[in-house]
Parts: sequence; structure tokens; C-alpha cells
Amino acid sequence: MIPTAFFLILSIVLFVLGVAAFFIKRDLITMFMAVEVMLNSANLAFLTFAKSSASLDGQVIVFFVVTVAAAEAAVGLAIILVVFKRKKSIQSDDLDIMKG
Amino acid sequence: MAPILFFILATLSAGGVVGMIVSKDRAHSVLFLVLAFAALGGVFGLLDAPFVAAVQVLVYAGAIMVLFVFAVMIVDRTDSRENKKKSPVRIFARLLAIVLFAELLLAVREIVRGMGNAGPAGGTDTVGLGSLLFEKYLYQMEIASILIIAALIGAISLAGKRGPK
Repeated sequence: MIPTAFFLILSIVLFVLGVAAFFIKRDLITMFMAVEVMLNSANLAFLTFAKSSASLDGQVIVFFVVTVAAAEAAVGLAIILVVFKRKKSIQSDDLDIMKG
Repeated sequence: MAPILFFILATLSAGGVVGMIVSKDRAHSVLFLVLAFAALGGVFGLLDAPFVAAVQVLVYAGAIMVLFVFAVMIVDRTDSRENKKKSPVRIFARLLAIVLFAELLLAVREIVRGMGNAGPAGGTDTVGLGSLLFEKYLYQMEIASILIIAALIGAISLAGKRGPK
């Protein structure tokens, strides 16, 4: 059997990589992909605890996370396309209209 | 056998995310992420969640990443001007990542020390999952379907808008 700790550590590694990618990359699409990585690492943690407590409720929550992620991807990418139409760029540095 | 499979899949998924970070081409980033999510689907399968694993591969590595591929196709593929200068944000990002990693490891240290095995088998039945989804979590299921419709209509109305010519 594989220890629970391995799955949790993989989940932590993926979450931290997602956070790092979100701040390192400068274009909106890749930042968005970093958010998806973070959601997936949370899913992995949910499934790990669902297994270690022998309950199915964690798997149900993973379904809802996937649903929300799909909705979020559809709306977010539509917003990115609108930004690209207006600004001709999806670099986050160019979106400085609110900068004080 | 299972631990070897786990290490292969874990390396593939973490390596896919690293590849997404380092690749300059956005299309390559998306493909690396498809690899990472497919490998993560395999990890879900190791956690006795075969249906969730199938959903992960079909919905995440399939549907959602196809959306990203289309978005990359519509905008330009590469960063026209990758900023070479070391911005303070990047240094802070690395610092934040290290601190967060240490913090999260600290949070799970009891489980890591206990090294408990991943529970007894018995979470595999998809029938139980389905009845849970349509009995105990029926309201949440319906709310999720309304959310999907709202997101669909919102995305269409946003992307269909005419930009300033």
C-alpha cells in the first residue's frame, strides 16, 4: 500500500508549483492554467482524505470542484478574449488601468 | 507495483507543471498541462476513485484544456516580449513558494510522521457515489447545473460582444 503522506506531499508540491507559476508567469492564459493546477492539487487532497477516512463524500466534493472549474474556465477565457480584443495584449503588465 | 506506478505518475504530473512554467510557447504550456492532468488522473485511480479518475481525464485533460487550446489559438502563441529583467515580483514569488511549502509540510507533519496507509479499500463503488450524488447532495447537484448554464450564457454573451473597432 502507498502511504497517505505521499499523496499529501504530491498535493502540496503541485499547489506550491501552481502558486509559483501564478506569480512568475506574466500572461493571463498561463496564470489561469496555474489556478487550474491549484484546484487539481486541492482535488488530490480531498481524494486522499476521502480514502483515508473510507468515505465517499470527498469524491462528491471533487465533482463539484470540477464543475466549478469548468464554469470558471469558460467565463475566464471569455474575459481574456475580451481583454485581448480591447488591448491587443494579454500581458498582465499591460493591464495597468487601475494602477495608482 | 503500486508504489512504482505512483512515483512514475507523480513525477509526470509535477514535471508537467514544471514544463508549463519553463516553456516560452503557450501552446507547449497547454500540452504540458494536459500531460500533468492525465497523470494526475492516474493518481486518482490509485486512490480507489476510478470514476473520478475518468472524469479527470475526460473533463480536465479533455474538455477544459481544449478550451485553453482554442484561447491560445485566438491570441498570439508566444510572448512577444518576455521581460528579461528580474522583477521583484519573481523573487517574491520564489520566496512565497518556499515559505508556503514549508508551512504546508508543517501542517501535515502529523500524518507524515504517522505514515498511515491510505485506508482500507471500500471507497471504490461507483454505485454508492451515484446514490450519494443524487440523494444526499441533490440540491448541490442542481445548483451546480444552474451554475454551468449561467457560466455558458455568460461566456457566450461576453465573447460575442463586439470590441471597439
